[in-house]
Amino acid sequence: MSVPAIEANGLTVRYGEVLALDEASLTLHPSRICGLVGMNGSGKSTLFKAIMGLLKPESGTVRINGDTPAKARKSAAIGYVPQSEDVDWSFPVSVHDVVMMGRYGHMGFTRRPAKADKLAVAEALERVELTDYAHRQIGQLSGGQKKRAFVARGIAQEATVLLLDEPFAGVDKRSEATITRLLREQASAGAAILVSTHDLHALPALADEAVLLMQKVLMHGDPQTVLRPENLALAFGLDVLGRDENS
Amino acid sequence: MNPIDLLLEPLSYGFMLNALATAVTAATVCAVLSCWLVLIGWSLMGDAVSHAVLPGVVLAYMFSVPFAIGALLFGFLAVGLIGAVRDTSRIKEDAAIGIVFSTLFALGLVLISVTPSETDLGHIIFGNLLGVSKEEVLQILILGALALAALLLWRRDFTLFAFDATHAHAIGLNPRLLGAALLGLLALTSVVALQAVGVILVVAMLIIPGATAHLLTDRFGRMLLIAPAISVVCAIIGLYASYYLDTASGGMIVLVQGAAFALVYLFAPAQGLVGRKISASVRRRSAKAV
Repeated sequence: MSVPAIEANGLTVRYGEVLALDEASLTLHPSRICGLVGMNGSGKSTLFKAIMGLLKPESGTVRINGDTPAKARKSAAIGYVPQSEDVDWSFPVSVHDVVMMGRYGHMGFTRRPAKADKLAVAEALERVELTDYAHRQIGQLSGGQKKRAFVARGIAQEATVLLLDEPFAGVDKRSEATITRLLREQASAGAAILVSTHDLHALPALADEAVLLMQKVLMHGDPQTVLRPENLALAFGLDVLGRDENS
Repeated sequence: MNPIDLLLEPLSYGFMLNALATAVTAATVCAVLSCWLVLIGWSLMGDAVSHAVLPGVVLAYMFSVPFAIGALLFGFLAVGLIGAVRDTSRIKEDAAIGIVFSTLFALGLVLISVTPSETDLGHIIFGNLLGVSKEEVLQILILGALALAALLLWRRDFTLFAFDATHAHAIGLNPRLLGAALLGLLALTSVVALQAVGVILVVAMLIIPGATAHLLTDRFGRMLLIAPAISVVCAIIGLYASYYLDTASGGMIVLVQGAAFALVYLFAPAQGLVGRKISASVRRRSAKAV
């Protein structure tokens, strides 16, 4: 078996009194797409942060492509597509600028783009169908186009581990289809992709596997099984089947 | 008097030449830095650090070490204290900033009052642009050039940090280090400008030019040109106005900068309050004409 792209082991994270992750473990292999499902506050964003090494877990370890997260970051292996709420859309950068930021890990310390960088950016823009919008300010795009711009950044980065936080929130059908196709293509090319999403209907078409998260990893399997109502009830605490939860 | 003489006459005085060099240098460096500060949302932080360096400068004077060292020390002390108060109590950040910077600034004022020197309190607060010595101009030019060079050399990293610190982290940069570098440059810039133009002017110069430029362009690269251009022009106009009207030069420069912001706020083509309406009606008319 290949070296896992993501190997998170027993991650526990606490924010003050609040337990955000409780012994969460997750292994994802290259060329696989995993959907991360759970309600708000279930620890999805925290899991992303822990995988990127943005916060130090109380206990547990993370390996990326067999290396420490720090080493993986240095080699620009980790690509991240933020939630829309986390982006300042009035920031004076163009779509092209944003995608070019994906190349910074490959550049010298003044981040002067070389020919290869410009080529990679042009190609990524072409693939997400934003070439005509390259010089627009990032906020002057539709919801779906904005997401595609950030996906293009991950593509230009040549990230082998892609983390996407709610890429389908506020996205039109066409962009959703485009993003799904792009992620499938990236996976075929060897990337391991972790996607948090509320869009459960689209999950089987996108993901090879799915994880139910509620502080703990409740379940990890193929999307059809994970999305069964009785399993979703575990993650969302809903009485989906009309049974009393506590009985 | 013809207009050329109006411009040249003040420059026949050495003190006006020094004042002009100081004002232009401070205006340039502060304006470039302000582009990042307003985008990150660090305007208040700029306000805080530029006040908080005062005790550092006074102590440096007392112990005859370079002002820049004292300023850096107290700049970081202020940022550390603000973070500590915010993170370890229920006090919100704006209150933490207010508490820390006003206390440190007050410490500076008290230190000045017990230090035997010719430093006038009024000069610290409002500046003493017309009293800058040749040696001070030289120091300001050198420190200003250093700060400007560092800002421009790392401008792409600073911009990435301002726009998406998480991505910066994910690709192996160190956002904390970038933030600290920016704050260090802020402390350095403050000491450059403070001695000559006063705390109030530093704060204005650290916020207004970046905010004005942000209303005029959607490209960060252009912001980095527009902000210092506006700031320098305002500094020169303000200085001449203060010469002919016999008013406080520091205050005059800030007034002109504020007026420039107001004009842009109202009439900028895409973002201005009135400008937006004019652009829209022009578009409608040209659409009808077609």
